[in-house]
Amino acid sequence: MNAMNVQKASFLSVLALAGAISAANTASAQNSDRNGSNADAAADVLIRGAKVYTVSGRGTLENADVLVHAGKIAGVVQSGAAGLQIPAGARVVEAKGRPLTPGVFAGLTHIGIEEISAESSTVDANVDFKSPAWDQKWRPEFDVTLAYNSRSTLVPVMRIEGLTWTVLAPGAGDSIIAGQGAAVALDGTLEQGSRAVLDGSRSLFVKLGSESEKLTGGSRAAGYMLLDQAIGETRASGPVGQDALLHAAGRTALGRYLSGGRVIFEVERAADILEVLAFAERNHVKPVISGGSEGWLVAKALARAKVPVVLNSLQDLPSDFDRLSSRLDNAARLQRAGVLIAFSSGENHKAYSVRQLAGNAVAHGLPWDAALAAITANPAEIFGQGAVRGRIEKGQVADLVLWNGDPLEVTSAADQVWIGGRTIEMRSRQTELRDRYLRQAKAH
Amino acid sequence: MPSAATLIHGGTVLTGTGSRLDGADVLIVNGRIEAVGKNLRAPEGTTIIDAAGRWVTPGIVDIHSHLGVYPSPGLKGLSDGNELTSPVTSNVWAEHSIWPQDPGFEAALEGGVTTLEILPGSGNLIGGRSVVVKNVHATTYQAMKFPGAQQGLKMACGENPKRVYGSKGQAPSTLMGNVAGYRQAFADAQDYRRQWEKYDRELAEYQKKNSKDGAGSDGGDKKATPPSPPKRDLKLETLADVLKGDIRVQMHCYRGDQMATMLDVADEFGFKIVAFHHAVEAYKVADLLASKGVCAAMWADWWGFKVEAYDGIQENVAIVDAPAGSCAMLHSDSEDGIQRLNQEAAKAMSRGVRAGLDIPPERAIRWLTANPAKALGLEDRIGALEAGKNADVVIWNRNPFSVYALADEVFIDGAVAFDRAHPARKPPSDFLLGQPNEEELP
Repeated sequence: MNAMNVQKASFLSVLALAGAISAANTASAQNSDRNGSNADAAADVLIRGAKVYTVSGRGTLENADVLVHAGKIAGVVQSGAAGLQIPAGARVVEAKGRPLTPGVFAGLTHIGIEEISAESSTVDANVDFKSPAWDQKWRPEFDVTLAYNSRSTLVPVMRIEGLTWTVLAPGAGDSIIAGQGAAVALDGTLEQGSRAVLDGSRSLFVKLGSESEKLTGGSRAAGYMLLDQAIGETRASGPVGQDALLHAAGRTALGRYLSGGRVIFEVERAADILEVLAFAERNHVKPVISGGSEGWLVAKALARAKVPVVLNSLQDLPSDFDRLSSRLDNAARLQRAGVLIAFSSGENHKAYSVRQLAGNAVAHGLPWDAALAAITANPAEIFGQGAVRGRIEKGQVADLVLWNGDPLEVTSAADQVWIGGRTIEMRSRQTELRDRYLRQAKAH
Repeated sequence: MPSAATLIHGGTVLTGTGSRLDGADVLIVNGRIEAVGKNLRAPEGTTIIDAAGRWVTPGIVDIHSHLGVYPSPGLKGLSDGNELTSPVTSNVWAEHSIWPQDPGFEAALEGGVTTLEILPGSGNLIGGRSVVVKNVHATTYQAMKFPGAQQGLKMACGENPKRVYGSKGQAPSTLMGNVAGYRQAFADAQDYRRQWEKYDRELAEYQKKNSKDGAGSDGGDKKATPPSPPKRDLKLETLADVLKGDIRVQMHCYRGDQMATMLDVADEFGFKIVAFHHAVEAYKVADLLASKGVCAAMWADWWGFKVEAYDGIQENVAIVDAPAGSCAMLHSDSEDGIQRLNQEAAKAMSRGVRAGLDIPPERAIRWLTANPAKALGLEDRIGALEAGKNADVVIWNRNPFSVYALADEVFIDGAVAFDRAHPARKPPSDFLLGQPNEEELP
């Protein structure tokens, strides 16, 4: 199918949809451009005349319209095509050539499970029973998403920066299996815990490498020893005895990942990455490397095994002996080798710096389109969301961001964000503080 | 480092004094800025660098770094930034903890950082003396020290000291305990200073008497023995030097109300706080800071990691910059952030512009150059491209207020300290030498 045909097909579908909407709506209120009120947040939206980065096979459309209906993308068409009718009742946003991208992935974070890092009463990100290394009880059944508070002050702070979804990753506790996490949309609706979890995103988090040494009696090799023990318990048919690492619930939980489940291995060193690849193959889990500072050294092996890497592209110092070979072009080299990459800053309150990660990766050799994909379509793919989010494509969830400039540039900001088609009010606790104190600054 | 006469020709020059000159030249002779302007005539033998399409700024000054004292790799044996054995350790000097082979120095250099202040950490009320260094590769810290720069004194407000000592069951465990700690320390310093002043007076009297009486006098003087000096106390000596104005107070302080408290404490004892660092809430007291002539060193967008950082906003720097007489600065406090201070300034600038404040690049560059130079007391020597100043200069491949900007060349005292086109000339840290770092595996 050539480009013209794609265009025409989409265009027709918009017209068809427009008819359906007209029938359903008698009101014809058209709000041009930004409107922050919540009352009509779920109305249909036509974003007109945007530079649309589809992050799909269609590439970038210089001047296109995107129609949002019932929370999903109903059509993406070139602007200016004769005969396009605005659906009655739809909010029309004039993009005036501004860039429109899919909602940005916030990374592996504690958004909504950690309010103030140093205040333990506000942190639910990890489980730590303080058991000594020789008397460990592992809890792979620990599901950190049950603590998710969609009303966290971090949620509005992040989403008005264009971040529309994140993966809640359990933090380090007292076993190398940190527990389970999953993706949530940052729409802030009060759907607590497991109900907010996006289908197909559930993952198990395992911490290996030097970070795990205190949990393994001092050697990273013992991490594999303990993992093998836990897997043995999971697969055992009879009782597992008093020295078991796992409770019955833990055996069930871990067992679910041993037939192709997604397991996020936090490792940095090249040798550890290769060891994880071998371990994953042996135990039939689907690995994702998180960290991967030395990934570029084993990029070909990662590509062959089709194992994605979630990385911080700013990691360039030999921060420890697991990361001696850190380089600013790690992302570029991995991508060139054919590894699927996504960015995560490792930050919680600064999760918005993920765009800066992408921009810096471009400055160090990553193609611009690949950098945008690494904060949109790629993480969606890695966390089982590829069919529903991460691209501007008909049928995808309408997580969209209209920017005032280059979406990867630090001087750019989101003008308007939509999550699940809902127009996000561009306010947060931070903008309230700003507005309170800005008045006197402007008086100068 | 060798410094040849150099003409950086035809770039967009941000002078650091608030001006932007398009298509202008910067002439470097004998390690100093000779002239800045259009169509400068270069002496014979001058190296000419074509900067058309590129941007030229003063070298970046980071007023808050722990490079060398908390180096990479972050090993126990190299972590020497916080002497957490007493809430007042004004006797320790950060320079004695610096590991000059920290690879973070060269990473910072690639980001255009030419001068940095290295401070002790913030676990103590009074953490010790800081040092200002030039970002030159050296085997000893002495070779890095900025000649003639004053030392600073690191002090810390807020949560860190009260947490560190409160958790040990010692004072301070509260904010009021913190303030009592600073006040007692300076009260002791006042007393110590009086002892030395008394001794100096007595000594002068004694010397005067002896010289007047002359040799061989038989005047039967009761003061025939010289006065004995007070015992030196290294903690109080530092604080007495602060009271004399010889050491500059750089104070870690997040909350606006705590800054106001500390300004009162400083007034009580007659010393000056030069700058508040990590000033997350400086925007709440921007007018107070400007009227007192106190600088604020800030991050662009850090917040929320503790409750005293909960009210951080991304317009902080821009709001602090707004009043007349303000002194806003970007600082890193981070081996990562120091590599991209231009990007931090870009974020802060764009947030200010978006909020309706008028901040062109020629104004924002001061946050990284002239303002920290002033807070270090080095405004006559660095922080601006002006005749007579040290030739600390960065040539950027484009507008530095961009995520895509990279420093092409960095000059320190007129010498090429970094040249992106010739990475092999870069002196690697001893630590990185011989580490397997180049070959991809099959």
